[in-house]
Amino acid sequence: MTASHGEHLTNLTLSVWRQKGPDAAGAFESYRIDSISDEASFLEMLDVLNEKLIDEGRDAVTFDHDCREGICGSCSLMIDGQAHGPQRGTATCQLHMRKFKSGANIVIEPWRATSFPIIKDLMVDRSAFDRIIESGGYITSQTGGAPDANLIPVPKPVADAAMDAAECIGCGACVAACPNGAANLFTAAKVAHLNLLPQGQAERHARAESMVETMDEYFGSCTNHGECEAACPKEISIDVIALMNKDYRKAKLANRKEIARS
Amino acid sequence: MTTATDPRLNAKIPEGAIADKWNNYKEDMKLVNPNNKRKFKIIVIGTGLAGASAAATLAELGYQVDAFTFHDSPRRAHSIAAQGGINAAKNYRGDGDSVHRLFYDTIKGGDFRAREGNVHRLAEVSVDIIDQMVAQGVPFAREYGGLLDNRSFGGSQVSRTFYARGQTGQQLLLGAYQQLARQVGLGGVNLYNRTELVDTVVVDGRCAGIVVRDLLTGELQSHAAHAVVLATGGYGNVFFLSTNAMQCNVTAAWRAHRKGAMFANPCYTQIHPTCIPQSDPTQSKLTLMSESLRNDGRVWVPLNPGDARPAAQIPESERDYVLERLYPSYGNLAPRDIASRAAKRAVDSGRGVGPLKNGVNLDFAAAIERLGKDVVQERYGNLFEMYERISGENPYDTPMRIYPATHYTMGGLWVDYELQTTVPGLYAAGEANFSDHGANRLGASALMQGLADGYFVLPYTIGNELAPLLNKPIPGTDHPAFKLAEQEARDRYSRYLGTNGKRSPDWFHRELGKIIWDNCGMERTQAGLTQALADLPPLYEEFQSDLRVTGDGASINQTLEKAGRVDDFFQLGMLMCRDALERNESCGGHFRTEYQDEEGEAKRDDENFAHVAAWEWNGDPMAAIRNVEPLEFETVHLATRSYK
Repeated sequence: MTASHGEHLTNLTLSVWRQKGPDAAGAFESYRIDSISDEASFLEMLDVLNEKLIDEGRDAVTFDHDCREGICGSCSLMIDGQAHGPQRGTATCQLHMRKFKSGANIVIEPWRATSFPIIKDLMVDRSAFDRIIESGGYITSQTGGAPDANLIPVPKPVADAAMDAAECIGCGACVAACPNGAANLFTAAKVAHLNLLPQGQAERHARAESMVETMDEYFGSCTNHGECEAACPKEISIDVIALMNKDYRKAKLANRKEIARS
Repeated sequence: MTTATDPRLNAKIPEGAIADKWNNYKEDMKLVNPNNKRKFKIIVIGTGLAGASAAATLAELGYQVDAFTFHDSPRRAHSIAAQGGINAAKNYRGDGDSVHRLFYDTIKGGDFRAREGNVHRLAEVSVDIIDQMVAQGVPFAREYGGLLDNRSFGGSQVSRTFYARGQTGQQLLLGAYQQLARQVGLGGVNLYNRTELVDTVVVDGRCAGIVVRDLLTGELQSHAAHAVVLATGGYGNVFFLSTNAMQCNVTAAWRAHRKGAMFANPCYTQIHPTCIPQSDPTQSKLTLMSESLRNDGRVWVPLNPGDARPAAQIPESERDYVLERLYPSYGNLAPRDIASRAAKRAVDSGRGVGPLKNGVNLDFAAAIERLGKDVVQERYGNLFEMYERISGENPYDTPMRIYPATHYTMGGLWVDYELQTTVPGLYAAGEANFSDHGANRLGASALMQGLADGYFVLPYTIGNELAPLLNKPIPGTDHPAFKLAEQEARDRYSRYLGTNGKRSPDWFHRELGKIIWDNCGMERTQAGLTQALADLPPLYEEFQSDLRVTGDGASINQTLEKAGRVDDFFQLGMLMCRDALERNESCGGHFRTEYQDEEGEAKRDDENFAHVAAWEWNGDPMAAIRNVEPLEFETVHLATRSYK
C-alpha cells in the first residue's frame, strides 16, 4: 500500500439515514470521520465508516454500489439534499472528497421517491424501471435473423443523438430529484434512443404508448420542473421528453387498428 | 510430466478443416422440436453479455428459462463497464482482415495457449454479433455516410473494432438486457434479481440444479433444471484491487468446481496496462482507462531516473517513448501483457511519474497537435472527463498517468467445444470459462466472446445435449442432494455470523489481495509463489477463526455476502498460486522471471507446457489434482510471439 499524497479532510460529521427494513421506522444517525484523504471517493469514505462500525460490533450501512466508475447505475444517495451530491454530471461513486471541506456535516439519505421503496438504510428498490423496459424498451429482433449491419445506414447525427439518449445508466436520480417523483427522463431517454434509429421505426408507436402507460402506473406526472436534467449524472437533455410526448400523442392515433391498416 | 489425454478432458472438437468444423458440428447436431423445447428448463446464472444473450435467445427458441442475478437489475452486470469496443472480422475497412486473420491474431495474442477449434468458431460468429447488435439498436459509432466506423486495438494490424464512444460494453449490455427484458415481459424468462448462487447440485454425475440465496431475506431455495449455464464473470477481485466491479466474485464458478467442474489455467490473469495509478490507501478499486487511448496516446517516462520536472518541461531528447522504442512495428499498440511489463519495468527503474512515482505518462499532445482538440474530444471526451473527475488533472493539458492493474481472467471453468464443463449438464460462458483467450486476451475480445457464447454457441450446443433427454424425468428439488446442499449452505452462512472474531471480511480480502498481487501478479517467481503458498493457509485459518460479520442472516447483509465471497477467493487464490508454480514457463499474462530471454521477453516451453492445466477438486485447494489437456495446433505454427 502506498501513502496518500493528497490533503486530508478532518472532523467530518455524517448524518446517515438508518432503517432496518421496508416497514421499519427510520431515523438519522450521526457518525464522525476524524480524517480522510481528499483523494478518496465518497463511497470509499463510506467504506471507512463501515469498517469502523464493524470494528465496533455494529451493523454496516447498507447501500447499493458496484462498478464505481459511474456506468453501472447501482449507486444512488441524496447527499446534502442533492441526488448524487454537489458535482454536476457525476454519479455518487465518481464524487471525490476533494469536493468537501473539513468540519462539514454531510447529510446522506436514500433516493426520495415513493416509487422506489426503501429496502434497508440507503438501499431502495428500483425494479419499476425494469417494468418500463419490459413493456417496450427494446427492438424486437430475434437472434440469428439480422441482415448485414451495413445494410442499415444511420446518419451520423442521428446515431449521435440516439447515443446521447442511450447513455442513461438507469440510476433513478431523475426520479429522486423530481418534486413529483416522475420517471419521464428515464423513460424518454429509452424511447428517444430507439425511436430515433431506423431500426426502431417498426415498433415506434407501440413502444411509445406502452412505455408511457407503464411509466404512469408506477410514477408521478411530469410538470416540466427540469430538476431531472440537473441531477442526471449523464446530463441527458429534457428534449427527449418532448420527443416522447410527441410520439405518444401520435401513437394514440396511429395505434388505432383502422388507421394502422390504411 | 504426463500429457496423456484424460478422457474427461476430451474437447470434442468436430472433424474437418478448421474453417469447416463449426458448420460440420451444426449439421450433425441433434435438434429439439420447437414444441418440445418448452418441456426443458434451463437455468442461467448471471445477466452480463453472455448470460443475458443466452437467456434471451434460449427463451426465444422456446425453452423455459430461469435467469438469476445478484444485482437489483440485469443491466448492472459488469459487462457494462467495458469501454473500448468489440472485435469482428467484417473487413469493412478493406484493410486485409478476415475470419482467419482474427483467428490467428487471437491464437497468437493468447501466446499459443488456446484451443484452435474454439477460437476459429469465435472469429466466425464475430460477424453475426455485429449484425445482431445493430438490428437491436446499439448506437455504434458511424461515419458521415451512415456506415459503421472502426478503430484499432492492441495486438492487431487491422481496424476491426466497433465501438460506441467509450461505452461499448454499456451499449452492448443494454442491447442484450433489452432483449432479455422483452422475454421477461412475454413470460419466456423468470427473472430472479438480488439472488445469488451458493451451490450447484450434482446427482448421478449430472448437474441437477442449483441452490440460491435470496439476498433480501437470506432464504435458501433450490431450483432443478435440465441444464445450468454459469455466466458469472471472472475472478480478478482475488487481487482485492482490480478494475472489476466491487461485487464481481468467483463464488458460482468455485462452488461448481467443488462439485466436480475442473478449473482450468487459474494462473492466466490479465493485467491491463492503462489504469489510473493508486492514489490513496483507502482505495477500493482501480479504474481502467480504455486501451483505445493507445491509438493516439504515446507512452513515455523521463529518460533519467528521478527526473521530477512536470511533463511539459521535459524536452523530447530526455523522454523515453518506451513502447515505440522496444516494439517499433506495433508501438503503443503492443498487446496488453507486453505493454504492462514495459510500464512496470519503467517504474521499477525509478522513472515513474506522478506524486507517488507509480505511473507512466500517456501523452496526447502529439494527437491534439495532429488532429485538433475537437477530434480528440470526439474520440475520447468521456474518458478524459472520467480521468479528470478521479485524478483532478486535465489530460488535454498534462499527460495522463497510467499503470497496469488486474483487469480480466483468462482462466476459468474448463469447457469443451460445446462449452460444457466436466459436469454434464453444467455449462460455462463468457469470462467464467477458460476457452478462447489462451494466456492473454486481446483488447475488444471479451465482449466478442461473451456475446458469441450466449447468442451463437450455447443455443446450439445445449439443444444437442438435451435432445436425448426428452420426456425423461430429472431429479426434483425434493431429492436429498438438494436438501444436503441447502443444509451445507445454511451452515456456512451461520458459521460466518457465529465466528465472532475481530476482523471484517474486507480486512481479510485486502490481506489476501496483497499476497496474490505481490507473488502472483505481473511477475512471478518460484520463491515468491512458494512463499505465498506458505502464507495463504495460515491467513485462511485466521479468516475462519477471527472473522467478524455484524448484522443478521434474515435481511440484506452485505457484510455477510462479502464473507462468503472472500472465503471462496481464499481457496481460489491458493489454486492460482499452485497453477503458477507448476507452469514452468512464461506465456502471455503468466510471466515467470526464471523464464525469459536476454531481452526480457516471455519464454514459452512448448515441449512441456503446450497444454491446458485443468484442476480437479479433492477436498482442499492445496491438494487439488492437476490434469492435462494437450493443445494440438493443426492450423497455426507455434512461433515465438514478436511484436517488434
